[in-house]
Amino acid sequence: MADHPSILCENLTYSYPGAESPALSEVSFEARSGEYIGVVGPNGGGKSTLVRTLNGLLKPESGEVRVFGLDPATEPFEVRKRVGMLFQNPDNGLVSPFVEDDVAFGLENLGVEREEMRGRVHAAMLSVGLEGFERRETHTLSGGEKQRVALAGLLAVEPDLLVLDEPTSMLDAAGRREVLERLDHFRGKKTILHATHHLEELFEADRILVLKDGELAADIPPERLFSDGDLMRENRLVPPTLLRLAEALGVPPRRTADELAAEILKRVRARSSG
Amino acid sequence: MGRGIGQFYPGMSPLHALDPRAKILASVGLVAALFLVGSFHGFLLVAVVVLSLLIVSRVPAAAFLRFLKPVSFIVALTFLFQALFSREGNILFEWGWLSVYEGGVSNGAFLAARILLLVLSAALLTATTPPVALTDGIEDLLSPLKKLRFPSHEVAMMMTIALRFIPTLDEEAQKIMRAQAARGAEFSEGGLIKRVKAIIPILVPLTVGAFCRADELADAMESRGYRGGEGRTRYRELKFRLRDGVALLFVVLVAVGGAVL
Repeated sequence: MADHPSILCENLTYSYPGAESPALSEVSFEARSGEYIGVVGPNGGGKSTLVRTLNGLLKPESGEVRVFGLDPATEPFEVRKRVGMLFQNPDNGLVSPFVEDDVAFGLENLGVEREEMRGRVHAAMLSVGLEGFERRETHTLSGGEKQRVALAGLLAVEPDLLVLDEPTSMLDAAGRREVLERLDHFRGKKTILHATHHLEELFEADRILVLKDGELAADIPPERLFSDGDLMRENRLVPPTLLRLAEALGVPPRRTADELAAEILKRVRARSSG
Repeated sequence: MGRGIGQFYPGMSPLHALDPRAKILASVGLVAALFLVGSFHGFLLVAVVVLSLLIVSRVPAAAFLRFLKPVSFIVALTFLFQALFSREGNILFEWGWLSVYEGGVSNGAFLAARILLLVLSAALLTATTPPVALTDGIEDLLSPLKKLRFPSHEVAMMMTIALRFIPTLDEEAQKIMRAQAARGAEFSEGGLIKRVKAIIPILVPLTVGAFCRADELADAMESRGYRGGEGRTRYRELKFRLRDGVALLFVVLVAVGGAVL
């Protein structure tokens, strides 16, 4: 198993029934163990379709998908044991009325024994900072908390690959930060495929896949994508605010607001003392 | 939906502590008893037991009254029909063409009390049992029917999902209503037909939304390895203890006693 890449897509093509053009067309890429890969592109570009082929929710029309060497189309259950998927709207992904029952849902499906299940549910709740929420009703939680419950549900299963389909798009700013901070803990420890519209979420990604009209327009490191104005414009991508600000001020790009502030301050001081 | 899902009142009473399966069976026993009893004494026995259990449950009386509210109209109607149209026993009083008989009044009171006690017996179960435990209990009790290909797991899962989505859909309905109201729709004014007509523009988007949610939920469930009840374990443990057996035996004896008396 260890020899297989986490994800291997070769000429992956998929069309929705009745659609004129394919949602994914000849997409090929590979994700190695522990890699953090971003997926961006305009709506309808194929991000969600790609994500759904990775655990057998959609079966490719042609081409190949392998996840840890397994074919999700023929062995979906085996693949789902190792792939945790986080969707856009946590409201539609939580199954149980109570938090801890929902976290346990995936483990119940896998047939894990009750004693082990208790320990894993507890550990997963801790890892997303939701200790004490066990008996809460899911519908009383905030968007960020709901998404963290969904994340705990995935983590309890101890997947090797996390597939995130715009997990912050329906959250407010605080909820987004909560979820991203939790996800950050798993960078380098698990393979992560993160589809999003917010490029600033992908500063730390190893690579970014740009999907447009179902085709893989680029597979490049974030700094190269952010600095390629034409590629950004062609794919209707908006550069992160920090980068736009740095560019407008004529200072080198920085990844955090603190770093950028320090850089600006340094220049202001240098100018005033000079 | 301020109070949450279902009609459960959290508590520490002996009834709350019982296994849900025992409580479901006991409720069925009480309901059966209420149907079987014919005599006044038998009815009195079952009534006293149901009322005592209400006290034991330590659920506030106001909560039980809320359970009774929706049936109050049917209860009143049943009593009135019996009292006005039954012609048994002596005449109690006459007023023009209307004559009320003793038997009618007692029959009416008996039927009304029976309906009230039936609802209270069911309320005892739902008020003292968390919804998830209730669905687990139902799944367990229905599991012998699996041999007859009855989808007991699926029925329980459907109930769980329904419980989970009642507050979500309620919230969505409120949102749609506010959006419609902002555009001038009236929901609380006008006659019955006007009000029903006003509900249609809410039901259409609500139904469409529910189908979209169902799609997404199915994806999420599948991606979390759900494939039906086969090979599945359960997080919550149901333990049928001695006290559950004793409680069930007690209710069975009451039911039999009620029927025999």
